[in-house]
Amino acid sequence: MKKVSKPERGTYPLSGLFRERDLLLRVRGILLPYGFLAPSLIIVLLFFFIPLVMVFILSFTNLDMTNFGILEWWRPTNWSLDNYVKIFTNRFFPKILGNTAMYTALTLAFFNMGMALVIALITTHINRRAGFAFRALWLLPRLTPVVVYIMMWKALAGPAPMGVINKYFLGPLGIGSGEYLLHMSPWVFIILVNGFIGASFGIIIFSAAIEAIPKDYLIASKVDGATTWQTIRHVTIPMIKWPLLFVTTYQTLSLLTSFEYIMLLTDGGPGLYQTEVWALTAYHRALSSYFGNIQWGYGAAWSVVLVIIGIVMAVVYLRVFKFGELVEEPKIDRL
Amino acid sequence: MAEVTLTKVTKKFGDFVAVNDIDLKVGDATFTVLVGPSGCGKTTTLRMIAGLEETTQGEIRIEERVVNRVPPKDRDIAMVFQNYALYPHMDVYNNMAFGLKLRKIPKVEIRRRVHEAAALLGIEDKLKSKPRALSGGQRQRVAVGRAIVRDPKVFLFDEPLSNLDAKLRVQMRTELEQLHHKLRTTTIYVTHDQVEAMTLGDKIAVMKDGVIHQYASPQETYDHPKNQFVGGFIGSPAMNFFNARVGTEDGRVVLIGKGFRLVLPQGKGQDLPSEVEVIVGIRPEDLEGPAPEGENTVEMRVRVTEPLGNELLVYADCSGERVVANLDPHRRVEVDSTIRLKVNIDTLHLFDRESDQTIL
Repeated sequence: MKKVSKPERGTYPLSGLFRERDLLLRVRGILLPYGFLAPSLIIVLLFFFIPLVMVFILSFTNLDMTNFGILEWWRPTNWSLDNYVKIFTNRFFPKILGNTAMYTALTLAFFNMGMALVIALITTHINRRAGFAFRALWLLPRLTPVVVYIMMWKALAGPAPMGVINKYFLGPLGIGSGEYLLHMSPWVFIILVNGFIGASFGIIIFSAAIEAIPKDYLIASKVDGATTWQTIRHVTIPMIKWPLLFVTTYQTLSLLTSFEYIMLLTDGGPGLYQTEVWALTAYHRALSSYFGNIQWGYGAAWSVVLVIIGIVMAVVYLRVFKFGELVEEPKIDRL
Repeated sequence: MAEVTLTKVTKKFGDFVAVNDIDLKVGDATFTVLVGPSGCGKTTTLRMIAGLEETTQGEIRIEERVVNRVPPKDRDIAMVFQNYALYPHMDVYNNMAFGLKLRKIPKVEIRRRVHEAAALLGIEDKLKSKPRALSGGQRQRVAVGRAIVRDPKVFLFDEPLSNLDAKLRVQMRTELEQLHHKLRTTTIYVTHDQVEAMTLGDKIAVMKDGVIHQYASPQETYDHPKNQFVGGFIGSPAMNFFNARVGTEDGRVVLIGKGFRLVLPQGKGQDLPSEVEVIVGIRPEDLEGPAPEGENTVEMRVRVTEPLGNELLVYADCSGERVVANLDPHRRVEVDSTIRLKVNIDTLHLFDRESDQTIL
């Protein structure tokens, strides 16, 4: 192979040509990354950003099925804050807000964080293979089609002799057997149904983080005189702070916007607005009212408020937990 | 202050025997070094003493107590790790205080002990720092500090200096030595570095393949290695080995090998069986020269020279065998020249070719 060296500038008469080609190459070098980004950028723009702007605009209009095609929703003259006034003066507004807060907080505390952490800790402290198998088992609800999963729960909650819970658990204890449990305590089921699925996310993240802690820290703590529980409290948990905060934030936001399980399980019932959460209201108002009363504008306003709540929550988490500081810290501290 | 006694201790991982039936008695207040190549079982032995590995067979005692079934936290030991294992989320003070807090020692007492240890190690101004803000040497001091605040019966060191650069390693080595003189706590120290072993140990246990080959003072180990492995492992550069046959000449024993002929002093090696095949071990520092032709001189061709200032290492070729000699640095030795070196016959080592055991 002959060694090819770059010609120096001005060495021969055609050097100007080389310079032009250099420039071309440089421009291409700058543009190329954008070229690779373009497809996803276009998709995000088309299917996320533009609809987002549209929803935002719609939330200021009273577009519904009756004036569809007539109302020029894009004209600012047709915009008003009426929808927002309607939301905050709605007599079910406190109920819906309370439902959403309770649903999010309880599911997060007991399942998505609490149970996820406990199961992650247990499965990383037992035999590796058994732990792995157990965690895999927890993924099943997430892999089950939503409708099938909800049907299973509905069947479980049914009255005896069909309902397994009534027949085999509550019946023998003499607590009851005839009621449809889903109607008796809908919140218990909503939280269980969401929690069993939500927990698997935390389980995966936490157990991966726990297993990534260098064993020497745990050995050092053992030699220092810590019991297993003390090691977990003083070494393991502080060292998985970042995933703990990440899952808290991520799950809060996804619980705030989730409604499909509740819709299939109780559809906001059984009592009036008994289990109606914010995201479900937005859906009901915008897309699921009876024919002739589908209120796109009003529903859009509910979604916009939810998005704002989500953004505020995210910012609060970022501030309170000082994410910035955590990110600066190398996650694997090679000491 | 405590004695540590290992009696017939064996550790198996599946079919692999990591530690094979070893006996070791570490005297009270002594500094004992377990040294050997990687995979020799030294770290496993240390971990068994710490209680981090169960013994497959045998008995471990700290003082008079059998500790086989005692968890690490109740053995009253402290351990220093190669990578320090300082908790990254705690500052230096809390790293050192952690073990004391777990033992529910009063706060005032914890403060006193941590400050005392920090003063001893010269890290008082670092107590509020997180480990990641410290240099390697400082981290190692904190790790040592964490061990000494506990005032344990036994210190266990697992290659504590291996992650430091050469200069710092020498400095920390002397500091550890001073510390031991002050505290006089029984110490067991694992290293693969024979220089660390020689300089730190009151006694050193040379291990290979899960067996202790020699357990003696550093000087004894150097002067009288029990077998060829110990001879080759202790001392730097390593001992030279040559195959030879035992013969006699005028009532004196001679060793005849490829390209050399060594005559032992009158009366030495008389009980060696004639014609037996042996391995001759000559330390680089037992070769002198260049010397004129004479008895017990060997001719060799110089391949590489390494002038280190205080010594001159000469790598040479003696009838196909590689030889290292440690010569006076002020003598001139040219690469590719032929030189003649005199063998210090009094410190010669002889090993049995079959069993590797020392026979002279």
